Amino acid sequence: MNNTKLRVAVVGAGPAGLYATGELLKNGGYNVKVDLYERLPTPWGLVRAGVAPDHHDKKLITDRLFDFFIENPDVCFFGNIEVGRDVSHEELSDWYDAVIYAVGASSDTHLNVPGEELSGCWAAREFVAWYNGHPDFSGLEFDLSTERAVIVGNGNVALDVARILTMPVAELEKTDIADHALAALRDSKVNEVVLLGRRGHLQGAFHNPELEELEHLQDVDVIVEAEGLLSDSDAELADADWDTVRKVETLRRLAVRPITGASKRIVLRFLASPVALQGNGKLEQLVVVRNALERDDTGALRARPTQKQSTVDTGLVLRAIGYRGCPFPGLPFDDRRGVIENHLGRVGSENDAVPGVYVTGWIKRGPKGVIGSNKKCARDTVRCLLEDSAAGKLRAASLDANAVANILMERKPDLIQYQGWKKIDQQERLAGQSAGRPRVKLTHLDAMTECALN
Amino acid sequence: MAYVIAAPCVADYSCVEVCPVDCISPGPDDGQFEDAEQMFIDPDRCIDCGLCYEACPVLAIFSEDKLPEKWQPYAQINRQYFAQQQTGRTRR
Repeated sequence: MNNTKLRVAVVGAGPAGLYATGELLKNGGYNVKVDLYERLPTPWGLVRAGVAPDHHDKKLITDRLFDFFIENPDVCFFGNIEVGRDVSHEELSDWYDAVIYAVGASSDTHLNVPGEELSGCWAAREFVAWYNGHPDFSGLEFDLSTERAVIVGNGNVALDVARILTMPVAELEKTDIADHALAALRDSKVNEVVLLGRRGHLQGAFHNPELEELEHLQDVDVIVEAEGLLSDSDAELADADWDTVRKVETLRRLAVRPITGASKRIVLRFLASPVALQGNGKLEQLVVVRNALERDDTGALRARPTQKQSTVDTGLVLRAIGYRGCPFPGLPFDDRRGVIENHLGRVGSENDAVPGVYVTGWIKRGPKGVIGSNKKCARDTVRCLLEDSAAGKLRAASLDANAVANILMERKPDLIQYQGWKKIDQQERLAGQSAGRPRVKLTHLDAMTECALN
Repeated sequence: MAYVIAAPCVADYSCVEVCPVDCISPGPDDGQFEDAEQMFIDPDRCIDCGLCYEACPVLAIFSEDKLPEKWQPYAQINRQYFAQQQTGRTRR
């Protein structure tokens, strides 16, 4: 190995990009330099803009792990710059020995039912980004004057949203939830949140810790509408794995809890899918069909709609049935899976990889798993990259680190680097300190850049 | 007394990497890792060294006697994870 360092651009400073950076530092033998590109002025991706404000523990990963990667002298953070707009993919692959895309899944799966375009129907993704102060979503206005909200889906995102909509505002005031969301939730009339699960209670998409959290909510009654839940025989559960049995036990405990007449309710409904949204100009009702389970050719349980339909009055429907990756200019896209086409993280097909271009995280494997799933994913991608480097398969970078930094600063006068981000971070924490909160987020690009660059 | 992994776990597996007696599962190369909600500590093999506690990036690991009230059930959940593996009731 010569004394020139391997120069890698990582695109996206969320968990996938940070873990990729960490793996490069750890396994690159002190011989790697990473430039970390981020579209927003702030790093951390969905840890900042996705993880629920009341899950403060999970956010500790930024201070206890990711910050060590980003402040490493061999890592340069370039924020407020968008690859594909301010810098092209062709430029990056020319400037660096290798490029890793860790751009996540910026879209989501639609319901594809009539009326979805009515005002009052949103992606849970948008609502989450809004309450977490993502600058692209801070200006959204959710009408919380409806008494009932319906969330389609029952995964962890659905449960996060249900908690935020029903949690006492006094509890939210202790978190880093965006101020505009706090103000809107103070005036919220929502007192019931219904979660619709397409399949049965044995197939809930939630994880155990998130489901168990429902047992600890303050001033919220949780109603479980699952037929057969209490009468499932041991034989029916015998085929279920341990995780599922644990979920069923939690659902049973919730189902037999007395209703206390709390101010808010969360209703878990199963075997139910939306078929139409109705309303005069804005959403007023959701038509829901009852499903039955049947096995398909592969043996998997599928939900099949029955003839039984009912109507739910609601002014707010949030779809939470999965994120979806978007195509990236200049890179092959697998439209069926919603990922950049790749084999083991090498972009392209198994026999026809694009040299020096890699993916990791949701844009590689699809939107699933938890924060740490990205660590193994990044490890595997970085292994491929270092193998290719050792095998001489990478094209050498055309520019050195300084030359690239100069081009970026010239092209993007409001480029935000590590010191700039730290100013935002400090201001947010300081504002939080006086309010007894972890931080008070800056939620508009202007305020962020002003803080970072002054 | 053993250490216990509680609800904040994000499956980062820094704990697996530092455990000197390999008593934390699933690791990144176990088949079950892809669908793992969290990692678990085998209380019968834990030697109470505390390395995982230090390594956890989200402070999800507690000495059993210091488990916060709301996460008390996790001592049993960690134990059950290993018990169900031995009885052959595995994940799909």
